[in-house]
Amino acid sequence: MATTAATVGRGPVHAARIGWERGKLEVKEFFRQRESVVFTLAFPVILLLIFSSVLTYKIPGNIPFSQYFVPGVLAVGLFGVSFQTLAIQISIERDKGILKRLEGTPMPPAAYFLGKIVMVLTMVVLESILLLAIAAALGKVTLPSDWHRWVTFIWVTVAGTAAGSLLGIAFSSVPRTGKSAPATITPIALVLQFLSGVYFVFTDLPGWLQHVGALFPLKWIAQGYRSVFLPDSFAQQEAAHSWEHGRLALILVLWAIGGLVLATRTFRWRAAKDG
Amino acid sequence: MTDDVAIRVRGLQKTYGDHVAVGGLDLDVLRGECFALLGPNGAGKTTTVEILEGYRPRTAGEVTVLGLDPKHPTRDWRARVGIVLQSTGEFEALTVREVISHFARYYPAPRDPAEVIEAVGLAGKATARAGTLSGGQRRRLDVALGVIGRPELLFLDEPTTGFDPEARQEFWELIRRLSAEGTTILLTTHYLYEAEALANRVGVISNGRMIEVATPATLGGRATAATVVGWDGPAGRQSLSTDTPTAQVAKLSAEFGGEVPGLTVTRPTLEDIYLSMINAGKGEQ
Repeated sequence: MATTAATVGRGPVHAARIGWERGKLEVKEFFRQRESVVFTLAFPVILLLIFSSVLTYKIPGNIPFSQYFVPGVLAVGLFGVSFQTLAIQISIERDKGILKRLEGTPMPPAAYFLGKIVMVLTMVVLESILLLAIAAALGKVTLPSDWHRWVTFIWVTVAGTAAGSLLGIAFSSVPRTGKSAPATITPIALVLQFLSGVYFVFTDLPGWLQHVGALFPLKWIAQGYRSVFLPDSFAQQEAAHSWEHGRLALILVLWAIGGLVLATRTFRWRAAKDG
Repeated sequence: MTDDVAIRVRGLQKTYGDHVAVGGLDLDVLRGECFALLGPNGAGKTTTVEILEGYRPRTAGEVTVLGLDPKHPTRDWRARVGIVLQSTGEFEALTVREVISHFARYYPAPRDPAEVIEAVGLAGKATARAGTLSGGQRRRLDVALGVIGRPELLFLDEPTTGFDPEARQEFWELIRRLSAEGTTILLTTHYLYEAEALANRVGVISNGRMIEVATPATLGGRATAATVVGWDGPAGRQSLSTDTPTAQVAKLSAEFGGEVPGLTVTRPTLEDIYLSMINAGKGEQ
């Protein structure tokens, strides 16, 4: 047998290459599992179809509710494929020993996380296109025509994905077993959706609940998307009578940093039962 | 340490609170050897192997695996060590070829995925999804992932648990081929006949201690243990326990003037010896 003197690939380029391969594999795996496609990608679409056809009233500023709801459902979709998907999926992978198996190979650890980022970004892009295409086709939303609104759309998406993904990785350590992961993570996401002004106008929440909601990233992602799809005059109806782009960016970045610190401190390749 | 030792363990201890999982274990595995760690469930086999694999920290003792303390595994070291874990059913949605080809990318000098698929007997299943494989086929995929990186040392943790006899025979062939290619193999098993079929040497673990290390043929003094000679005498069935069975048979042959009616010469089976060793080991505690 040839004894290998070869050393393993090193450095960010090698990690990125392996991470890209992992990402492609993860996307492939995702699309082959019907449940993940239905519950992750299709769920926000179902929400969009139901809510925008049932709730047809106007909100202040003579804006149809659906125009308000589309940014909210975009935020739900983004948070779903970043936070929920990663928290549940990594928890299951840890419980099944997939992470343990990877730990036993010379795979650069960074490649695992890069692969997850590739997967999440692919899903976010697909989900956003899907939701906007359906909403626009049904006349539920008017797509903005000036480019700087799309710039806002992109940076809110990037910052929101970073915060959601890093929090998802950190939260993957919370469920005790892979089996209990969906039941642990899904209610958290649902409660956040209600506190973040997705299903009704945020300022209709009691003041103290608005303060609670404002602590979490989903509220800010939804608000960022509203600034893309609602007329600037609506900014007056927001809690601070402004889109608060500066604060929004700051809060998402803080959550991303917090998630990163938590994730690096709590991430384990093995389940508790595996020592 | 010399280069012909793949694994060297001295005084290995692992405790969980008051529970002693491994209590002062010594072990040497030579390069190119197939070594079987044999012992009942809970004897400390898996704990020991997981420490050697770099998965678990130890409480005390010296451990060197391929020249490195596995307490601090490096990626270069990982590339030289293959691990076949107890399987859990992963990658259900990916095909055999996709999974194996992907894992090959992690290693600096991997085997050819197509050759590995062929070698583990999954050629007919290369495009089948992992989720559709039978238990035995799953295990072959696990082995494929363990050897794809062309490891110098391969860990196999209870590789054939749940196999039917035919699958087990085929699997043993695979392990023998890897061993013949020069791969050092450390396998754990609670099947005695598996150790006998595969290993150059066997170490018996009981209660976290190594009770004996020997070749399968000499384990527990088997080669020299008292042999039972039996025959049909004039007064009925007779038997005699002796350390010199050949002389006994010659004597009987002379008495009967040639053929001895109903002659049997029985050495204790490995199973008998193993069970008496395990029971003695339990008595020590």
